[in-house]
Amino acid sequence: MIRFDNVTKQYPGGTVAVDDLSLTAPTGRITVFVGPSGCGKTTSLRMINRMIEPTTGTISLDGQDTATMNEAELRRGIGYVIQHAGLFPHRTVLDNVGTVPRLLGWDKKETRERSRELLARVGLAPELADRYPSQLSGGQQQRVGVARALAADPPVMLMDEPFSAVDPVVREQLQDVFLDLQGELGKTIIFVTHDIDEAIKLGDQVAVLRVGGKLAQISDPAYLLAHPVDDFVADFVGRDRGYRSLQFQPTPRLPLANERTVVLGESVADLSVPWVLVVDDAHRPLGWVEPSRIDAEVRTEHLHRGGTVARASGSLRGALDAALSSPSRRGVIVDDSGELVGTVRAHEVLSLIEAADRPDEDRASALAEEGS
Amino acid sequence: MIGSILEWLTSADTWSGDSGLGARLVQHLWYSLLAVVIAAVIAIPLGLWVGHTGRARWLVTLANSLRAVPTLGLLFAVALWLGPKFTSDLAFLIPSVVVLVVLVIPPILSGVYAGVEAVDPAARDAARGMGMTGAEVVRQVEIPNALPLMLSGLRSAFLQVIATATVAAYVGLGGLGRYLIDGLKTGDYVSTAGGALVVSLLALAVDGVLALIQRLVVSPGLTGKASLTRRRGMSAVSAEVASSDGGSPLPETNRRISS
Repeated sequence: MIRFDNVTKQYPGGTVAVDDLSLTAPTGRITVFVGPSGCGKTTSLRMINRMIEPTTGTISLDGQDTATMNEAELRRGIGYVIQHAGLFPHRTVLDNVGTVPRLLGWDKKETRERSRELLARVGLAPELADRYPSQLSGGQQQRVGVARALAADPPVMLMDEPFSAVDPVVREQLQDVFLDLQGELGKTIIFVTHDIDEAIKLGDQVAVLRVGGKLAQISDPAYLLAHPVDDFVADFVGRDRGYRSLQFQPTPRLPLANERTVVLGESVADLSVPWVLVVDDAHRPLGWVEPSRIDAEVRTEHLHRGGTVARASGSLRGALDAALSSPSRRGVIVDDSGELVGTVRAHEVLSLIEAADRPDEDRASALAEEGS
Repeated sequence: MIGSILEWLTSADTWSGDSGLGARLVQHLWYSLLAVVIAAVIAIPLGLWVGHTGRARWLVTLANSLRAVPTLGLLFAVALWLGPKFTSDLAFLIPSVVVLVVLVIPPILSGVYAGVEAVDPAARDAARGMGMTGAEVVRQVEIPNALPLMLSGLRSAFLQVIATATVAAYVGLGGLGRYLIDGLKTGDYVSTAGGALVVSLLALAVDGVLALIQRLVVSPGLTGKASLTRRRGMSAVSAEVASSDGGSPLPETNRRISS
């Protein structure tokens, strides 16, 4: 658990970067600091491992005041990931990952084994181990950065905009890998971002900071979207918050309709429906086709690719999007193995949404209690 | 002319004896090495300190302004000042070496400072953030990354000092400068040209050795040699995409049909 008590950072010129910040980041959870530039989110993060010293107030790690700890030892026990990865250009990928273990005096062999294991964990091919950072793509470098931070298995991780310098597709991959890892490892994580979507996707708890380093609101993401505390937070969480908050509502049982399907390669000439769903041999959906436009068997190039697929166990947002994006207006729903289970219409999803409760005060207070 | 220079260079008489070309070469190398080592002992720690702390950058500016001091003038001044305080050869050696040290501190200092300064700030921040002490940051991150610029500073120091060590002959010392000065005095232009040629060849040879050392000690990650394997790098990018698409379960958000 990381705890800020009345932490203020004032620079000699009088600029206040962080103003009387008090909050708790619960053990094993991801706490995201989010806000516009100049809100002190990075300063707050860097005060935890004392890269910046607070002017007043205390930050404690599991009850111990960090100001009383040896700087280097404190930092060796905290994973640190930064925006441009900050890999050491003169060291191979493997040696980069082994940095902290070597500082801690692990022997070479142990370090190399641990480093290889971590590269695999973050989804990097083993043959990248002997490359140098300049030979990697931005996304690969960032994966190495995450592996390096995890190398000595620290209980706490600090991540300063780790995914903001890569393109959106890679960013999404990295976020998914990161969430998978966190699911296995359960680290106490402070994650800084300026991107509210990223904050909402990754955070168990989101702290919104305003310019001048004041905490505007801290709560779980669903509550934040449903109950912004003031205009600043409402503006910051953005316009689509009603729609986006759907991703936190687990799908109740969807009223699924059976869908008529054809297997790729079959003929659809005798079908008189406007749209028919094409599946592969394993009954996984491939795309929609219009039988009236095809006079022979269905081939890959006939597939309409606009529609999205949602998992039955996923969120209402996914189900609604599947319905809205489908050319037939029937949203394609699959099970966890990707097999088709049926289709659903937008109005059916909407009535489920209307029947569901909005997240209420209980959730925010439950999370706060857990942390204390 | 060229023929007689070659003849002079290849004759056994030129090379043999205490004042032969062989002995002169060794003397010349010795002065040069002594000056560079002393200058390095001063300039490398200083450059590392300025680069690491970002303090006292004026030291680098000051050192660079030393480049404007005329070497020969300084040599006579130092020789007149220090010469009488020593007996023996030291009376000549010390002024010469002092002048050469002053000459090569600037290239070494700027090389080291520029090298450390150019280290990626993100790498330095990561090093500190992972718990390296100041000394560990210098040893494990700043020096290895500064090596290319440090070594090119040293190479230019050697080139300058070998060319300039000829002036030691002015104050009565040995080295290859003897051929130039004595040759000019006596009108023996063959040995003057031969001596000058040998100085140039020596400078090139030393630079070649240093270039070789540079190849050996600088990490391939810094030299762009690593980019020769770019084609393998490209397949690595696709390996990443494949591993994250195939390796992780379906993301929470939607997946496009048939993608």
